[in-house]
Amino acid sequence: MFAFVMRRLAVAIPTLLLLIIFSFILMHLAPGGPFSQERELPAQVLANLNEKYGLNDPLWKQIWNYLTGIVLHFDFGPSFVYPDRTVNELIASGFPVTLTYGTLSFIVAILAGVSLGVIAAIWHNSWLDYLAVGISIGAQVLPNFVMAPILVLVFTLWYRLLPGGGWSFTDPTFWIMPVIALATSYMASIARITRSSMLEVLGSNHIRTARAKGMPEHRVIIRHALKPAMLPVISYLGPVFVSMITGSVVIDIYFSTGGIGKAFVDSALNRDYAVMMGVTILVGALTILFNLIVDILYAWIDPKIRY
Amino acid sequence: MTRLATATALAIVLALPSHGATPAEGDNLAENQELSFWILDAIKSLDPQITSSRTDSDMIRQLFEGLLNEDAKGAMIPGAAESWEVSEDGLTYTFHLRDAKWSNGDPVTAGDFVYAWQRAANPATASEYAWFIELMNIVNAAEIVAGEKAPEELGAKALDDKTLEVTLIKPTPYFLKTLSHATTYPTPQKVIEAEGDAWTQPGKMVGNGAYVLESHELGVQATAVKNENYWDAANTVMDKVTFVTVNDQNIALTRYLAGEIDWMNTLPAGQFPRLQGEYPDQAVSTPWACSYSYLFNLSDKGPEALKDLRVRQALSYAIDRDIIVDKILQGGQKPAYYWTHWAIEGFEAPEIEMAGWSQAERMEKAKALLAEAGYGPDNPLTLTIQYNTSEDHKKLAIAVQQFWKAIGVNVTLNNYEWKVHIDRLNNQDFEVARYAWCGDYNEASTFLDYFRSGGYNQGKYSNADYDKLLADAATAENPADLYKQAEQILVGDMALAPAYHYAQAQMINADLRGVPLENVMSTWYAKDMYRVAE
Repeated sequence: MFAFVMRRLAVAIPTLLLLIIFSFILMHLAPGGPFSQERELPAQVLANLNEKYGLNDPLWKQIWNYLTGIVLHFDFGPSFVYPDRTVNELIASGFPVTLTYGTLSFIVAILAGVSLGVIAAIWHNSWLDYLAVGISIGAQVLPNFVMAPILVLVFTLWYRLLPGGGWSFTDPTFWIMPVIALATSYMASIARITRSSMLEVLGSNHIRTARAKGMPEHRVIIRHALKPAMLPVISYLGPVFVSMITGSVVIDIYFSTGGIGKAFVDSALNRDYAVMMGVTILVGALTILFNLIVDILYAWIDPKIRY
Repeated sequence: MTRLATATALAIVLALPSHGATPAEGDNLAENQELSFWILDAIKSLDPQITSSRTDSDMIRQLFEGLLNEDAKGAMIPGAAESWEVSEDGLTYTFHLRDAKWSNGDPVTAGDFVYAWQRAANPATASEYAWFIELMNIVNAAEIVAGEKAPEELGAKALDDKTLEVTLIKPTPYFLKTLSHATTYPTPQKVIEAEGDAWTQPGKMVGNGAYVLESHELGVQATAVKNENYWDAANTVMDKVTFVTVNDQNIALTRYLAGEIDWMNTLPAGQFPRLQGEYPDQAVSTPWACSYSYLFNLSDKGPEALKDLRVRQALSYAIDRDIIVDKILQGGQKPAYYWTHWAIEGFEAPEIEMAGWSQAERMEKAKALLAEAGYGPDNPLTLTIQYNTSEDHKKLAIAVQQFWKAIGVNVTLNNYEWKVHIDRLNNQDFEVARYAWCGDYNEASTFLDYFRSGGYNQGKYSNADYDKLLADAATAENPADLYKQAEQILVGDMALAPAYHYAQAQMINADLRGVPLENVMSTWYAKDMYRVAE
């Protein structure tokens, strides 16, 4: 196991490196630059801007400087579009927000999704099953950019229960709508995967044996059915977790949460090279990390899997 | 202008009271004196000399104060300067500063303005608005921006702590109107040198405006509270201003209706008529100094067809501006038949022949002109219209595509994101492009200058008579007539197809007073506002 983890970490570094180099090149290939604007800048001003952001150097040198800046000083450079802030500051202010609402949404999606899926599987073909399937299909087809305005309309304008947007780490009323909007469609997918996987496990031999021994049904389900039924769910959850905690542009736009999802999309549109690279690296590193965690969880849940 | 007239004008300016919130007779002030103002995009920078965004400027205007302010109608009134004189040749302005303090208690001096203006022009600052100091025609500004002279040589000098002398390279009729622009606001040298780029953060920022920055969460909100050190704090009623970022206009409107936002100065397209019906005391539409047009590429890289005046005329005639304004935008915009916004101060609208025709007449003439130019069913004209990503631009481009189809022109629509759109415009890589211009100050030259040979002028229009009229206007006693003639040349040559003049459809909380509805530049100061009890 230890050797496996080490091996995976060893591969992670060149993977990240390739990600950085490719993103860097692609970004510079895109037409337009951070300083393209209606009034073309005076030559001297443009030269100074390019100098300040190191854009005069050949591309390979820019990449090299960028990499050494990260490795030696953990410095992702200044933002092109938010000149008052550095990329480190932007990520430091936006990432905790997305991490908070992303983690909460993740927990909500798992709890609700797994419960719905298990209920549907146990009472297969009963009204409970139809209800659970109905809810998850409904949740699946309602995208969050439709859901978000409806939530604001209902909870902010009609019932005046929740603030229509903004963010606070201390006041949970700000968390509720973003979490519902983000969790819903993931919950639906988790419910569907859990249901079908659970149905398959419940039909398998070891469950029949457990029941034949006279084991109470709740123990059969919790001890013998749930664990193996979770394998496909977990492989789905790894990448989902990363995409949830690295923010959703829809949530940030509709709820003014100030997370990095919006910052990422804006940076691409505004050619804010530094912010774009910073967030790309963050997302890349987290993806690699959580794929590894999923693999470890696999081994823990399923004794048949050995690394 | 005669000497006498100059003196009289000055005396009038000096007699004007500086503004401040003066509640009207019978108004009961509300307990809550807080304003929350909606902004679409996050604030990019709060540094007056660095910012290039209108949204940022709205906030910066609360935190800093320039030499002059604007009143509710857009006229210039004393700000940090109490009074000023201009020399007989119109080249030297002397400003006398009032006794005012920075938010940290330091006195505001003429040197603070000199520092800020040098900073804006200095290429080392790399300000995207360095051109604004050039536009003001201050001595040596252009050379400093180009890196040929040291910033210290700028023609703005502190004669003493309270006297600022500015020398210009030529008489500039609009000079005073530039002084309420964020780029010209003073900045605190000591603080900037001590804190570097981080000086605009809450707690560190020091300003001379009516408010001080209290908090700034990027993409969420920024708040400013009353500055007790401000010279007119006694007449400032509004205690707190919050700039709330909501990236989606419809959500912002919902939050406005829920009472979370007090003022939205742009509404989603098409919503205004309904809102006006439902909330007649809150929905208003006010003119806003921007013009929307379709620009023709007249450069060598542009299509041959567009070099024919008859083709450009046909294309312009075929656009049904009433449909654009009444059916698509529906926010109180006005159809445009010329370039300068109609509400610009002192601008006299030119007589435009086509404005008087019915759309049916225009279509008929358009078809005839196209046929004359050699285009018809056997030889149809094909063009591309380029626009930047936005629902509204797309709707308009589709409408124009249909209008032109009716005269037998086949149009392909090309959509680009803003940065690419602008890059292509700057490199003349387009045929017809959607383009809008917003005035930098409240005078017609801010629009007309665009089409000067060597102006921004991305379609590379050039007409020597036009250039000469603009040059003459700069030193003329009364330039209005010259501007009118220039506008006639521009539309005569059909350098562009004007589409509409902007208006801002707004929702303003019924108990908010002092929002300047007659200022076409939409310049506003929270210090002039207050809320009344219902």
